[in-house]
Amino acid sequence: MALAQAKSDATEARLSGMQIPEGGAGWARAARQDALDRLTGMGLPQRRDEYWRFTNPAEFLKPETPRAEIALDAPGFDDTDVLRVVFTDGVFDADASDALSQEGLEIERFADAVTKDIHWIKGLLGVLETAGQDRVDRPFATFNTAFAEDGVVLRATGKVSKPVHVEYRRSDDTAEAVLRHMVRVEDGAELTLLESGVGASRLNTGMEVDIADRGVFRHVRMQGRDHERRAATHVFARLGEESTFKSFTLSLNGMMTRNEVIITLKGDDAVAHVAGAALGDGRDFHHDDTVFITHDAVNCESRQVFKKVLRNGATGVFQGKILVQPDAQKTDGYQISQSLLLDEDANFLAKPELEIYADDVQCSHGSTSGAIDETALFYLKSRGIPEDKAQDLLVLAFVAEALAEIEDEDLAETLRTQLAGWLERRR
Amino acid sequence: MLKIKDLKVKLEEEDKQILKGVDLEVGAGQVHAIMGPNGSGKSTLSYVLSGRDGYEVTEGSAELEGIDLLDMEPEERAAAGLFLAFQYPVEIPGVGNMTFLRTAYNAQRKARGEEEASAAEFLKIVREKAKDLKIDAEMLKRPVNVGFSGGEKKRNEILQMAVLEPKMCILDETDSGLDVDAMKLVSDGVNALRNEGRSFLVITHYQRLLDHITPDVVHIMANGRIVKSGGPELALEVEKNGYADLMDEVQ
Repeated sequence: MALAQAKSDATEARLSGMQIPEGGAGWARAARQDALDRLTGMGLPQRRDEYWRFTNPAEFLKPETPRAEIALDAPGFDDTDVLRVVFTDGVFDADASDALSQEGLEIERFADAVTKDIHWIKGLLGVLETAGQDRVDRPFATFNTAFAEDGVVLRATGKVSKPVHVEYRRSDDTAEAVLRHMVRVEDGAELTLLESGVGASRLNTGMEVDIADRGVFRHVRMQGRDHERRAATHVFARLGEESTFKSFTLSLNGMMTRNEVIITLKGDDAVAHVAGAALGDGRDFHHDDTVFITHDAVNCESRQVFKKVLRNGATGVFQGKILVQPDAQKTDGYQISQSLLLDEDANFLAKPELEIYADDVQCSHGSTSGAIDETALFYLKSRGIPEDKAQDLLVLAFVAEALAEIEDEDLAETLRTQLAGWLERRR
Repeated sequence: MLKIKDLKVKLEEEDKQILKGVDLEVGAGQVHAIMGPNGSGKSTLSYVLSGRDGYEVTEGSAELEGIDLLDMEPEERAAAGLFLAFQYPVEIPGVGNMTFLRTAYNAQRKARGEEEASAAEFLKIVREKAKDLKIDAEMLKRPVNVGFSGGEKKRNEILQMAVLEPKMCILDETDSGLDVDAMKLVSDGVNALRNEGRSFLVITHYQRLLDHITPDVVHIMANGRIVKSGGPELALEVEKNGYADLMDEVQ
C-alpha cells in the first residue's frame, strides 16, 4: 500500500545512522529496543494519516539548519523560588543547575537513572507511552522512548514545597534534542513541575507521569520565543484514586509545535485538567494541541480548556478527545477550544471528539472561532484607551479562562506578564 | 463647550439619512436634555459624537471647545474631555473593572502629557469615588459589567465619569432599566459632578430623569432634527401630552 510504503520510507530515512543509546541497564535497553521495534512497525506518520490531517508531520522530520544566533528570552519563572534543573543542548548541565536535592523528593538525571535498578522507573519507562497508543499511533513518542538519553527523573514522597523548574538552553547551534522526563507522585504527595526555555530547533520531549492515590501533580510550561522551533511533545499521565493532574502550557511563537497530552483516569474520583494558550503571528506559526483523555474509573472529572490567538496567516489546531469506558459512570468531562482570529488570514482547525460507553455521564464540548468584539473595542476606546492597547486587553481577556486553570496566582501572573510583553512587541 | 452645526449623518452600510441637520450649542457648566420618540436620532447623535464606526458624516461639524471632534479617534475624543455614558454598558469578561479603569485613566493622562498614576495612588482615587456612589469594593474586582444588575451597570458608568473627570458628558438613556432607587442614586452621582467647567447632554425618553437632574435647556428631537427647544417646562409638557401633539404643532 502506498501509505504503508511512505511511512516505512520516512522511518528508514529518519532512523538512518541512528542507534538506541548504549550503556543503559538491561531493562532500559530492553525498553528502548521494544520502542524501536514498535516504531519500525507503526512507521512515522504521513499527512494522509487522519490524526495528522491538520499538521504536516514532515515538518518534524526535516533536518534543521539552525540560525547562527538566536535571541534568547530572559528565562521564565525568574520570580519563583525553584529547584532549577538545566539542560543545555539536550544534556543535563550540572554547573547551571541547583544541587539535586529537596525534601520530599528523589531527583536525578535520566541518564543516570537508566543505569540503575530503580524499581518504579523500570515499571514505568515506555509503559504509559505504550498504553497511550490506544486507537491512534503516536510514533514521535515512541521515538522518544527509543532515543532519549537525558532528562529528569522525579519521585515525590511528600508535599514538595519548591517547584522543580526544568529549563532548556542552547549554547551553540544544536539542531536536535530528545529529552525524557519520568515522574512518580506517591500517595498523598504533591509536586509542581515547570518547564521553559529554548531546547533546540528540532525538539522532542516526552514525559511519563504516574500519580498514586491522592497524589497531586501540577505542570506549568512556557514555550517561548524561539522562532525556528519545531517541537513534538508528549505528556502521558496515569491517575490513581482522588488524585489530581493539572497542566497548563503557554506557547508564544515557534514554527511548528504539537503538544500531545494523553491521560488515563484509572482511580475513582480523580481530576485531570489540561489547558493552554497559544499566540501566533505570521504564516510560519503552526500550533497543534492534541489531547486524549480516557475515563476508566467512577466519578472522575476532566477539563480541556484551550485558547488560541492568531494573526497574519498563523494556524492553530485543536484535536481533543474524551473517551469514557463502560465502567466510568458519573463521569464529568468538559472540553472547550476557542480561537480569536485577529485578521482574515488566520486559520483555526478543530476536531472535538467524544466516545462514550457508559450511560450515567455528563460530557460536553464546544469550539468557537471569532474576531475581536467591535462593541467591546469601541467601549474601551471611548474611555480613552488607544486601539492597540484596547485590543491587547481583549486578547488577555480572551485567554483568561485558560489562565484561570493555573492555581498558583504568582505563576499565573508570570505568564500574564510574558503574554503582555509578547503583545507589546508585536505591535 | 459643545458646538454642533448642521450635522447630517447617514448609515455607512445603507443609504439612510439619520441626522438631517442638527444644530446645538451647550455652554460650559450647562445641562441640556434631548428628548424625543424612538428612532428620532438621539442615540445616533451620541454615537457620532463619541466616534463609533458605522456612521458617515455627510455635512456639518461638531466641536469641543473649538476643536473638531469628528476628525479624531474615539480615544482622542475621550482624552480631549468627552465622555459617553452608554445606554447598554458593554460586558467585557476577563477584564477586571479596576484594570479597565486604571488603563483608561492613565491612557488619558498620557495622551494629555500628564503623569500616570501608580496602582496605589489610583486605588485611593477610585475608592473615594466609589464610596460616594455606594459601589462596593467587590464590584471593582469583578470583570467589567459582567453579572452586574442594570443599576450596577449604570452606576459603573457614572463611576467611570467621576474617575475620568470629563468636560463634556453625554448620558444616553441612562435612566433606562433603572428602578426608582437606582435612578436616584445615579442622578445624585451626576449632580455631584455638576460644576462650572463641566457640561452635560442628557438623552432621555421620559421626563422622570429630569426630575432628578434639572436641565437648563430641553430640546425635542424628531426625525433627525431638533424641532423645539425651551426650558425645563418643555419636558413637563411632553410628559403630559406626549410627543404626538408636539409633532403636530411643529408641522
